[in-house]
Amino acid sequence: MLEPIQALLTPAVLGAIWAAAKAVIILLTLVLSAAYMIWLERRLLALWQDRYGPNRIGPFGLGQVIADMIKIFFKEDWTPPFVDKFTFILAPFIAMSLMMLAFALIPITPNWGVFAPDIGMLLFFAIAGLAVYAVMLGGWSSNSKYALLGGLRSTAQTISYEVFMGVSLMGVVIQAGTFNLREIVLYQEQHLWFVLPQFFGFLVWCLAGVAVTHRTPFDLPEAESELAAGYHTEYSGMKFGMFFVGEYVGIVMVSGLTTALFFGGWDAPFSSVFPALKTVPFLWFAIKCFLFMSSFILLRAALPRPRYDHMMSFAWKICLPLSLVNMLVTAGFVLWAGN
Amino acid sequence: MADGTPLTLPEVVRDLFARFGDNTFTLQTTVDGMPTLWLPADRLHEVLRFLKNEIARPFKMLYDLTAVDERLRKHRAGLPPADFTVVYQLLSIERNADIRLKVALIGEFPSLKSIVPIYANANWYEREVWDMFGIVFDGHPHLRRILLPPSWEGHPLRKEYNARATEFDPYQLDALRQDQEQEALRFQPEDWGMSRSASDHDFMFLNLGPNHPSAHGAFRIVLQLDGEEVVDCVPDIGYHHRGAEKMGERQSWHTYIPYTDRIDYLGGVMNNLPYVMALEKIAGIKVPARVETIRVMLCEFFRITSHLLFYGTYAQDVGAMSPVFFMFVDRQKAYDVIESITGFRMHPAWFRIGGLAHDLPRGWEVKVREFLDWMPKRLDEYRKAALQNSILISRSRGVAAYDTAAALEWGVTGPGLRATGCNYDLRKARPYSGYENFEFEVPVGDKGDVYERALMREEEIRQSLRIIEQCLNNMPSGSYKADHPLTTPPPKERTLKDIETLITHFLGVSWGPIMPAGETSQMIEATKGINSYYLTSDANTMSYRTRIRTPSFAHLQQIPSAIRGQMVPDLIAYIASIDFVMADVDR
Repeated sequence: MLEPIQALLTPAVLGAIWAAAKAVIILLTLVLSAAYMIWLERRLLALWQDRYGPNRIGPFGLGQVIADMIKIFFKEDWTPPFVDKFTFILAPFIAMSLMMLAFALIPITPNWGVFAPDIGMLLFFAIAGLAVYAVMLGGWSSNSKYALLGGLRSTAQTISYEVFMGVSLMGVVIQAGTFNLREIVLYQEQHLWFVLPQFFGFLVWCLAGVAVTHRTPFDLPEAESELAAGYHTEYSGMKFGMFFVGEYVGIVMVSGLTTALFFGGWDAPFSSVFPALKTVPFLWFAIKCFLFMSSFILLRAALPRPRYDHMMSFAWKICLPLSLVNMLVTAGFVLWAGN
Repeated sequence: MADGTPLTLPEVVRDLFARFGDNTFTLQTTVDGMPTLWLPADRLHEVLRFLKNEIARPFKMLYDLTAVDERLRKHRAGLPPADFTVVYQLLSIERNADIRLKVALIGEFPSLKSIVPIYANANWYEREVWDMFGIVFDGHPHLRRILLPPSWEGHPLRKEYNARATEFDPYQLDALRQDQEQEALRFQPEDWGMSRSASDHDFMFLNLGPNHPSAHGAFRIVLQLDGEEVVDCVPDIGYHHRGAEKMGERQSWHTYIPYTDRIDYLGGVMNNLPYVMALEKIAGIKVPARVETIRVMLCEFFRITSHLLFYGTYAQDVGAMSPVFFMFVDRQKAYDVIESITGFRMHPAWFRIGGLAHDLPRGWEVKVREFLDWMPKRLDEYRKAALQNSILISRSRGVAAYDTAAALEWGVTGPGLRATGCNYDLRKARPYSGYENFEFEVPVGDKGDVYERALMREEEIRQSLRIIEQCLNNMPSGSYKADHPLTTPPPKERTLKDIETLITHFLGVSWGPIMPAGETSQMIEATKGINSYYLTSDANTMSYRTRIRTPSFAHLQQIPSAIRGQMVPDLIAYIASIDFVMADVDR
C-alpha cells in the first residue's frame, strides 16, 4: 500500500521536500532572531545608557519578546477612516515580506541557504529597490501630513543611496567574477575576505546597508523628534508590528549579507592554523552576524540624526564618487592581473 | 524727600523732563527704586520713540508690558485717576537700567494705541493684556486671545471676574461643545495674512503640536511649509495656562510661594527667589548672609538641573538618543542633594519671606561635595559624546542665528542673549542675594546660533559648580530667618513669653502677613533668562496684582522671525535651543 507513495518519493522529490523544510526552518529562525533582536536592542541600549532594560519576564528578560508579541497581536488594529485602505494595508506586508525574501539569498553554511541563483546580487538590488515602496506607500496612503513628509523623505533618501549601494558592491562582483552570493563566499574561502581588498566598498556599503533598514542615522523617514513617527504615524496593532518586525528582519538580513559579501560568510578565521575551527560553519556565520547586528544598535545609541539634505549631499558628493573610483580601480586591477 | 524719593532724579527721568517738560509726567515712587512715570496716552508714542531711538544709550528692549485693574485699589494717593493702568517696562543694556511707564485709562473697556510699530514684541504682550483685561489696542495687527481659548468669555484679570472655582458653575464638555472648541482652534491662514498657495504650487500647513515629541510641552506651532522649508509660522500658546497671576490675587503672600515653583517647573526654588525678594523689599526685611548664601547655592543647583535637562533634550531633538539618559542620572544626583536639604525634589517651595523653611541639615556638606566631585568628569564626557559630534554640529551651527539687535527687539534674555555676544547676566550686572561675593565667569558667544546657545549653557553648568563650591567653602553662620515681624512664618522664640508677641504670631500665621501698600519688583537671572515679579500691594494679606514676567514667553514670540526660510529639522533644533517650558510661557 505504501508502494505508490514510495514510488512518488523519488530522490528528487525528497530533495525538494528537504529543501522546503530547510527554507521553513531558516524562515522561522530569521523571524525568531528578528524578534529577539528587539530584546537585544533594548538590553544593549540600556547597557550603554546606564539603565536595566527589560529584565522582568523570564531569565534576563528574554520572555519580554513573548509578552510583546501577545500584546501586539491582540491590540486593536485600527484603520483610520481617512486612509487609502488597500495601499494602507499593503504597505506593511511589503515591508516585512521583501526583507524576508532578500534573506533567502544569503548562504548560511556550505549546505544551508534557501537558494543561490546566479543573479543573486541583482535580485537583492531589485528587492531593496522595491522595499522602499513600503515606506513610500505607507506614508502616502495614511493621508496624514506627518506620514507624507516621512514618505517624501524616504523617497529622497532612496534616490541618494540606491545609486551608490549598487556601485559599492560592484568591486566584490568584479573580483569574484560572479553575482552568485554562494560563489562569492566560496571565493573568499580561497582568497582574502573582501573586507580588506574592498575596504572602501565595504565602508560605502555599510552606509547603504544602514540606509536600507531605515535605521539611525538614516531613520529620517520616521525621525520621531521631528515627524512624530513619520511614515507609520497612523499605523497601530499588527500592521505597525509588521513595519517594526520588518525593520529587524532587515537588520538581520543586512548583517547576513555583509557577512557573506565582506567577511567570508561561514568561513572560519585562522582556519589555516586551526583546521578544527572549520567544523562549525554556522557558528561563524552567527557570530559575525551578531557583531553586525550589535553595531546597528551601537550606531543608534551613539549618533544624532543628520538633516536629510546634508545626508543627500553626502551620498552624492562623497559616497558615489568613492564607490565609483573603487569600482574602476578594482576593474583596472583585475584586468591588469588577468594579463 | 520725606516719602523716600531720591533727591536726585535718575538721569533718564531728567532727560525725559528736559525733552517733554516735567508737567507731562507724574513721578511715582516705588520701593524697588525703578523710575516710574505716569504719562498721558497721547504722548506715549513719542516718549517711547524717544527712549528707543533718540536718547543716548537707548532703551532697546521692551522688557514687559502689562496692566493693572485699578478700580478696587484703595491706597493710590498721589497717583493719577485711573480705572486701568497699562504698564510698560523698558530695559537699557548700555545703561544697565530700567524705566517703568504707566498710562492711566478711564472706562470699562478702554482703548489705547498699539505700540507694535515701535516695539515689535509688544504684539503678544498687548494680546495678553486684551485677553486678560479687555483693554483694546488700536492698530494692533492681530488682537485676539492668546492665553485663553478663542471661545472664552470674559477677561479674568479684571476685578469683577471670579477667582475661585466654587464661584462658577461646573464646567462641562459635551460632544457638541468639544466640536465647537476644536473648530474654533482650526487654523485659517487668511486670518494671519498667509496665502494658501504660491504662483504654481500649494503650501502645506502643518500643525506641530499641541502634542508633539519636540514641542516641550503643550505648545502648538502652525507651519506654512514649502516642501520642508518653513515659509512662515504662527506659534500658538496658552494650552498650559493656569491663571497663576489671578491666583496671586486670592492667595496670601505666604501661601503663594508654592505656586511660583510651578511657573518655570524646572527652576524649583529659583522661582521663589524673585517673589520673596520683591516682598522683602516692600516689607523692609534684610535677610542674614546665611540665608542669601543658601539661596544662591540652591538656585545654582536648579540652574544645573535645568541646564542638564536642556542639554539632554537638545541632543535628543537632533536625534541623539543616549545623552539624555546620562544627564537624567546627573539630575538625579543633584535632586538627591536638593531633596536632602529641602525635603522635596522639583518643587520644594523652600524659600520664605525673610528666610528659608529650615536651616541646612547636618551633613549637607558631604552631599554637596559628592556632587561637586561627580559632575565635572561627566561634563567632559558629554562634551566628547554630544557637543563635539560632527553631526550635532552640522545640525546646529548657523541654524536660527540672530544678532544682539534682534535679541533685544524680541526681549530675549539669558543664554539666548549672551550667545549673540551681549554680556548681560543680572548676577554680574545687578548682583542680588550676595552674588557680588562670588567669583564666576559669564560665558559670552558671538554667533548667536543654536550651537552657541548650547555652549553657553554647558559652560554655565561649570560656573554654577564653581559658585556652589564657594558656597560650600564659605557658608556663613547665623540664622536661617530674618528677625522681622513680617518674616513668614514669624520667629517663634518669644511667643510663649508675652501675649502681644503671641497675638502677632497668631495673626501672621493664620491671615498671613500684611504687606505695606506700594509696588515692588525683583528681576533675577533665572534658568532660562530674566524672570521677575512685579507686585502691587494694597496693604492687605493678599496681593492686589501679581505680574510674572517670564523669559520663555518672550523667546517663543521670536520664533517666526528667526526660523523663516529654514527647514523643519532646523526648527526642531531651534526650539530645543530656546530651552523653554510651557508653564513658564503660559503661567
